[in-house]
Amino acid sequence: MAKPSTSQIVTQRILAALPSVIGVVIVTFLLTRALPGDPAAFFAGPAATAAAIEEVRRNLGLDKSLLEQFFLYVGDLFRGDLGVSLITGQTVVYDLMTRLPASLELTLAGLVLAIALAVPLGVLAATRPNSWIDHGIRLLATAGVSLPTFFTGLFLIYLLYYRLGVVPAPLGRLNILYSAPPQITGFYLVDSLLSGNLGLFGAAAAQLFLPAVTLGLFALAPLTRVTRASMLGMLSSDFIRTARASGLPPRQVLFGYAFRNALLPIVTTLGIVFSFLLGANILVEKVFAWPGIGSYAVEALVASDYAPIQGFILTMALLYVVLNLLIDLLYVVIDPRAGVES
Amino acid sequence: MLSVEDLSVEFRTRAGVVKALEAVNFSVQPGETVGIVGESGSGKSVTAFTLMGVLDRAGQVTAGRALFQSNRVAVDLLKESESSLRQLRGQELSMIFQNPRTALNPIRQVGKQITDVLRCHSDLPPADLRLKALEMLASVRIPDPVKRYEAYPYELSGGLCQRIMIALALACSPELLIADEPTTGLDVTTQTTVMNLLKDLAAQRQMATVLITHDLALASEYCDRIVVMHAGHVVESAPTHSLFSQPRHPYTAKLIAATPEPHKSFAELMPIGGNLPDLKAMDLAPCRFSTRCDRFDSALCGQTPLKRAALAPDHQVACWQPL
Repeated sequence: MAKPSTSQIVTQRILAALPSVIGVVIVTFLLTRALPGDPAAFFAGPAATAAAIEEVRRNLGLDKSLLEQFFLYVGDLFRGDLGVSLITGQTVVYDLMTRLPASLELTLAGLVLAIALAVPLGVLAATRPNSWIDHGIRLLATAGVSLPTFFTGLFLIYLLYYRLGVVPAPLGRLNILYSAPPQITGFYLVDSLLSGNLGLFGAAAAQLFLPAVTLGLFALAPLTRVTRASMLGMLSSDFIRTARASGLPPRQVLFGYAFRNALLPIVTTLGIVFSFLLGANILVEKVFAWPGIGSYAVEALVASDYAPIQGFILTMALLYVVLNLLIDLLYVVIDPRAGVES
Repeated sequence: MLSVEDLSVEFRTRAGVVKALEAVNFSVQPGETVGIVGESGSGKSVTAFTLMGVLDRAGQVTAGRALFQSNRVAVDLLKESESSLRQLRGQELSMIFQNPRTALNPIRQVGKQITDVLRCHSDLPPADLRLKALEMLASVRIPDPVKRYEAYPYELSGGLCQRIMIALALACSPELLIADEPTTGLDVTTQTTVMNLLKDLAAQRQMATVLITHDLALASEYCDRIVVMHAGHVVESAPTHSLFSQPRHPYTAKLIAATPEPHKSFAELMPIGGNLPDLKAMDLAPCRFSTRCDRFDSALCGQTPLKRAALAPDHQVACWQPL
């Protein structure tokens, strides 16, 4: 049996992701064409004459056949042109470039917090099943997922900002006293560090803390539960018995043997939770006045501003594809069996 | 070398307390191969797991001793602390398991699994660990050890996995090896190879072996003495020859009659009627074979405790009216 090399596997997985990307482009195109309302009439404004609307229609290329429109759309995509937002007056690409990092930074921070808490808790619960520690952890996780994020967010603001005053006002990514760092990655935490501005880093972190905790609490439950279940399964498996019967130290049995095997379901859940958070943090963005793409898309939808919606859907879909690709590749790193085609 | 005395183990489950082992007695002399035979559910594996200290959480030792003596140590395996047991496991006594494919870590190179064991029981420098592991792979007659060192269990056949398992168990030269159904799931030819390998290695290293199997024919071929278990009781233990020539417990006799042999026709095989009794039952009979026994006499066999007697110095039977 010839074992494919890692680079072969990576190339193969990337090629396998291509059809998804093509599918995403087609669906985005059809979906925006299927939205109710006449964009030409909308662009021309309420006072426009029929002739003016036709004029706009021709300018937008909407008088052409669907197939022609599709090729024009794909051509625009290749040039990196997603149209112009009516609300902000900026190109959609510019808007997304400034707002996507805000959403990603928030989601990633929430996820990192959740992992840092959920994995140790899950392992702890699995090593002491049905103890009071296990029950306590279950209670915490269930509470986190059953409270809606906007409630947790508002509650945390009330407690930590309004009553205790330990965090800054929930007004976006930075206190107004600071100006944004030069854009390198778009993540304020990273950019401020790269430009060596520690004060700015602290200010950005302080703003990020509460919304990240709010998201993290929500992600805690699925991650803790999966970690616990997966570790329990591994700890009762045959090879763990072998490891114990060989006299390996408990630390090595728990982390070296059981945990590495338990990682696969954890990583899968991580991917699901991440894509879910990215789409579902609109409420958190609203509560904390966070300038992310979630709130951007909602505003565009309310105003029937189609170009940003199209851009939003396309971006999210591509993110999911990339995310799944990353998780696939992570599998290959963790599990030698994943590289072998069945 | 190993002397198990009055060992009782219970499992606490939601459905009730399962009396998995009751007053189990047997011993193993240095260099000897002892077979533990019995049908599924008779407590063979529970005995092995108890001795290795890898019983499930629900299992509890309620009575008994397991005295283990080697050149280096003399301890009661059931009284030792977890950390000192860990020193013994893999080094003084080791175990190989049924189903070698699942008994190895699926995502770690098999060679590294062997070096893991070597590392925690020896003070070999890291460079020598690999050499020693390769030497172990060669000693279990694995072709091309350097290449197999880097293989993962899924890339190897069941027979090869079992050899890896043997190499792993013998890496630190234990004095006692417990082999729990080492040939389950292997084809007949591989079975013979693996068993002969075990036999040769045991002889080479003068290692005592406990062979757990449901295969009476296999036990008769490789064991010096045989312990017959039924429903958590040791019903008979004797040297292999006398056990087969003159079984004294009705269960042993039936077991022998039910064992296929080349000269026997299918019609000559006698199935054993009935099932194992429910070990959760509160009113479990003192003789756990009584419901399946033709010689059952309620006045005699209902007495508590069950009569355990030595009919000869090396022949024990747990029966009121032995054959």
